[in-house]
Amino acid sequence: MSTTGTAPAVIEIRDLDFAYEPGTPILHQVNLTIHEGEFDCIVGPNGGGKTTLLRLLLGLLSPQRGTIRIFGQSPTAARPLIGYMPQYHQLDPAFPVTVLEVALMGRLRRGLLGRYDRRDREAALAALDQLGIADLASRSFAAISGGQRQRALIARTIAGNPRLLLLDEPTANIDPGAELEFYRILDELRRQLTLLTVSHDLGFVDRQVDRVICVNREVAVHAASKFDAAAADAIYHHQVNMVRHDHACVCQDCPHHSATRQEGGDHA
Amino acid sequence: MLEFWHDLFDPGTIFLRYALIAGLLASLPFGVVGTLVVTRRITAIAGAISHAVLGGVGLALYCNRVWGWEFLTPMLGAALAAVAAALLIGVVSLFAREREDTIIGVVWALGMSVGLLFLAATPGYVDLQGYLFGNILLLSKPEIYWTLALDAVVLIPAALFYNQLLAMSFDLCFAELRGVRVRLMYLLLLVLIALTIVLMVNVVGIVLVIALLTLPAATAGCFVRHLYSMMIAAALWCMVLVAGGLAASYSWNLPTGPVIVVLAAVCYLAALGTAGLRGKRR
Repeated sequence: MSTTGTAPAVIEIRDLDFAYEPGTPILHQVNLTIHEGEFDCIVGPNGGGKTTLLRLLLGLLSPQRGTIRIFGQSPTAARPLIGYMPQYHQLDPAFPVTVLEVALMGRLRRGLLGRYDRRDREAALAALDQLGIADLASRSFAAISGGQRQRALIARTIAGNPRLLLLDEPTANIDPGAELEFYRILDELRRQLTLLTVSHDLGFVDRQVDRVICVNREVAVHAASKFDAAAADAIYHHQVNMVRHDHACVCQDCPHHSATRQEGGDHA
Repeated sequence: MLEFWHDLFDPGTIFLRYALIAGLLASLPFGVVGTLVVTRRITAIAGAISHAVLGGVGLALYCNRVWGWEFLTPMLGAALAAVAAALLIGVVSLFAREREDTIIGVVWALGMSVGLLFLAATPGYVDLQGYLFGNILLLSKPEIYWTLALDAVVLIPAALFYNQLLAMSFDLCFAELRGVRVRLMYLLLLVLIALTIVLMVNVVGIVLVIALLTLPAATAGCFVRHLYSMMIAAALWCMVLVAGGLAASYSWNLPTGPVIVVLAAVCYLAALGTAGLRGKRR
């Protein structure tokens, strides 16, 4: 599955150091290359620097040392090529906006007025259609389910035709059925672009992903097939139990399923 | 109520007509900007800006009477103070986010204090209560023209930058990544809030204006699907509240500002209850 080596680099990080305050480094000596067409996943403990790394890639933070190139440009310059999906529960659930209007936001461009034209509408509708929620276009974003909202936010992200997709904790706070559907969508999206997700969910990592990028102050990259309990212990710096998530198992009365859901969050 | 309709067209009570016209004209930006305040959740900032207005009013009255600066009307002073307060809060909030809360409190109290000090030093009678809680007798014809001009100044940028304001209010980070100049837009929004607040100071007063900015928008927000429909509904609802409050206060000889605010609050609570009962199906 991995295309490492042949495809051009999408993300190149060289000797990166980052600290919010001097003396307490969040990221140290990070070197990372991600190639076109890869589907990689960032994992690591809370406070380990996952979100910081994402914000650096988006150009919302600047490193103290080292360089980041995305498609050969600075992160800020590469923004039009990056689709970013935030955690949706950070958004106001009662905001008066329709699903189509959310998708249209992905078509905003640098410019004075930011009007949408017919092509923007077509692109937004096409994105909704690709995610199977074209029929929800005129519904209120507040009135649809969590899984549908997530799809609307992916539609917003891909409406701008990005070549790199950054997803922050995409499986947090959605129900198991929607989660399964979400993996199917990612599987489809990876054919057209490079995917990088942040996840706590190591079970997710095992099945879908080319490479696992472990972030805990330093960054280590594992091929997904070799990611096992020993690798997980190395990330968390102490013994952890691997919990097997079977996402194919969606029957409500399956005892294994309900047990794993509860433990899924912290893997401890 | 009949008396209200009669006196509305009576030349002897022209102030009543001015109050109604000024209130209706100001309702348009109140609906539009109030919607942005409510959805963006910056009511506290709007509150601080409105209280800072007293500083400008005090300064203007002082300069007016002590140095004879005729051009510096209370309304101009109010607008200058409001914009200065908005920019101060905006810059602190953009560049030192953790201090935002503090600066809101500082601007809030400092504006009031500066205003009270200037008014204390100003010779002659000053209707402090009128500025604080509204006095429609303060309205005159030039103020109507001011209101019209400020209407244009607020509504035109709000319409031009609608998509950016929507994206920014919904998800600031995403809007920034899509190339919206969010810092500039945020400062623009705060300046629009400042100018809007000035429009209603004479009708409902510095202390109560924040209620009229947020309550119609919050009420409309219970029933709408789009940001623009929330703006339109809030503007229309604000007109109804101002006209109804004015009529009721005039008929029963009550202060106008508090009547409008109580009416707005009761209707908001009723709307909240109705929306809750309907289970927010939209």
